[in-house]
Amino acid sequence: MIEFAAVSKRFGADTWAVRGVSLEIAEGELVAVLGESGSGKTTLVKMVNRLVDADEGKVVVAGRDVRATDAVQLRRTIGYVIQQVGLLPHLTIADNIAIVPTLLGWTPAAKAARVAELLTLIGLPDVGARFPDQLSGGQRQRIGLARALAARPKLMLLDEPFGALDPITRVALQGELRRIHKELALTTVMVTHDMVEALTLADRIAVMYRSELRQVGTPAELVANPADDYVAKLMGMAKHQAEQLAGVTG
Amino acid sequence: MNELVRGLPPLLAAHLELVLVALVAACAISLPLAIAVASRPRLALPVVTVAGVIQTIPGLALLALMVAVVAGTHGFGVGLSPFGFPPAVIALTLYAILPILRNAITGLRGVDAAVVEAARGLGMTQGQLLRFVQLPLAAPVIAAGVRTATVWTVGAATLATPVGQVCLGNYIFAGLQTRNWEMLLVGVIASAGLAIVLDLVLGAIEHALAQRERPWTAGGVLAALIVLVLAVLPRLGVADASAPAVAAHRAAAKVTHLRVGAKTYTEQYILVEVLRQRLAKAGIAADVAQSLGSTVVFDALASGQIDAYVEYSGTLFINEMKRAAGTPRWRVLVDVEAWLAQRGIRSLGSLGFENAYALAVKRPTAERLHAKQLADLAPHAAELAIGGDYEWFGRGEWASVRATYDLHFARTATFDPSLLYDAVARGEVDVISAFSSDGRIAANDLVTLADPLGALPPYDAMILLGARVADDPDVACALAPLSGAITVDLMRRANLMVDRADDKATPAAAAAWLLQAAHVPDGC
Repeated sequence: MIEFAAVSKRFGADTWAVRGVSLEIAEGELVAVLGESGSGKTTLVKMVNRLVDADEGKVVVAGRDVRATDAVQLRRTIGYVIQQVGLLPHLTIADNIAIVPTLLGWTPAAKAARVAELLTLIGLPDVGARFPDQLSGGQRQRIGLARALAARPKLMLLDEPFGALDPITRVALQGELRRIHKELALTTVMVTHDMVEALTLADRIAVMYRSELRQVGTPAELVANPADDYVAKLMGMAKHQAEQLAGVTG
Repeated sequence: MNELVRGLPPLLAAHLELVLVALVAACAISLPLAIAVASRPRLALPVVTVAGVIQTIPGLALLALMVAVVAGTHGFGVGLSPFGFPPAVIALTLYAILPILRNAITGLRGVDAAVVEAARGLGMTQGQLLRFVQLPLAAPVIAAGVRTATVWTVGAATLATPVGQVCLGNYIFAGLQTRNWEMLLVGVIASAGLAIVLDLVLGAIEHALAQRERPWTAGGVLAALIVLVLAVLPRLGVADASAPAVAAHRAAAKVTHLRVGAKTYTEQYILVEVLRQRLAKAGIAADVAQSLGSTVVFDALASGQIDAYVEYSGTLFINEMKRAAGTPRWRVLVDVEAWLAQRGIRSLGSLGFENAYALAVKRPTAERLHAKQLADLAPHAAELAIGGDYEWFGRGEWASVRATYDLHFARTATFDPSLLYDAVARGEVDVISAFSSDGRIAANDLVTLADPLGALPPYDAMILLGARVADDPDVACALAPLSGAITVDLMRRANLMVDRADDKATPAAAAAWLLQAAHVPDGC
């Protein structure tokens, strides 16, 4: 579904945001791009919907080099969710969800039906007429998810979608993401710095460190065979935390 | 009072038109500019700085400057008139740019970056982003800027009178100059009222924007309002822009219509009425453009914007011809008339009185200093303060009188001509630059000091006719009999009728009295 072929992105003369990353993501996969802040994980994902263009290498989505597509048209076929959600504060929830269908010229009836369907899917059937500032953080993030799904994209990009939520809401939403991902047969790429989130949610994890891709593999592979010291340390920390937790909970 | 209120609608309508055109133009310039520079800090700073510098230019100066700019560029190459509406609307537009531009930039920059990123990620084009996200979210801040600009512009537009634009300033300037406080108050209250009403209308729109009620509906209401007002305006008697063209068309035919001008003080208001009443008697209609700036009025005559006004020989001699003082009175008249003739302008000769600059002091001051002539002031000048009108300290006569009589005053102060006599009467200053035909010299018991060395040039009042009417026999028949008919004493009394605090006459009434008292014969 997505192929990164030796892509690099520079900011300034010799500051690399992303350097020589190659990665293939299959249809139906949920891949977590894991890394600390400044590791290049967000830049890498933004190359998929062309919010950032690579300086070197190429990104292929559904068999087409993204540079050969119209960026605006491309974005309308890819769901996109960010940590701050970015709902338009002057539009109702229903209008927010219907943004991409509106841009695509759907009829009002088609839009209304889709909005109702999505509000049910995310478990908030009654909030359509409200404004964003009348919802809680967790509700807003669900709306962000619904808005990204509105035009039935096959591909979803999520940039730290649950980073600003309280733990209970976060875990609930993680579960729903997994469910929706399966139900709608999506291909999902999720940027996260939360190791537990990556390990528990993703089919595969891509570890970014200092602008480079250090290792790609299933959670089990990463834990069993870390490719380098950084990945080993990361996985060691996860195991250590799990043991500590087990000690506390008995 | 009733008459003042009846005269208000045309002034109010012209004022409103001026303000609305300037505001729409300022929005049309500022909003695209703000959109272009909001995301480019390196461009935004110089643009806002330039707008800020324009804002610091005093309103009256900016208006006067625009007269020079429009004249200098021949109406920007398309023949715009350098008087009245074009320079006024350009100056006010420039004035209104800063608050709109600054608020628009602030508003656009204040839009949450996450919202913009999300919108781009959803697949909005640059234009859709602007239309659906940035402008609606910045709208309340932009509307606040438009509101500020509106209140400023309504106030600043009152200054458009001296460049020949009809507006509420006509009441304010004429009221101040003739000490007609009722007139001044009507002008001020109308201007303040207009500012308040426009502010309330825009405030309601701003409120609607902030309440997230459909912003495009609110914009539509505003647009409808502007269209409505502009459609109604011509019916309220605003001079239409085609007037000069019509006037030019009539040039070949018999003259039936004149535009007469007046400067910004009482004597000029009376004399322009004298001209108008004489012309009316001869069956020639006249529009009065009053309260024109002193140099604006001559340029207006030279370029055919007005057809006649009363000028003073010394003003042309010093200001336009750049000649020095010390020339005898008859010689000044002859040279000025020859100079005018070269420009196609006809002088009908002296009206019979001079309105010259003369230094005046209170009678007790004159007695204390034993001052009869200007030279007598020299030993005491270092302890004396002198007050002058706006022009005085910038004029050749001031330099000439100082050099000729070796006068070095302790302090100088500038006053509006209407306040000058009060200033010396109250002891604010000791000496003033008075006008020899002013009735307030006698009324305030002032003494004018003799000028035996001729440092102050003569100022014979004379009717000037522009090229279009210079050779018209009917106009000459109507106005020529005024020459030599008005003595300085008659003029002083007419001036005082208007200037005095009690039992004030209107300039029109004073003019009627003057014509009768001077026994001006009808016709040729």
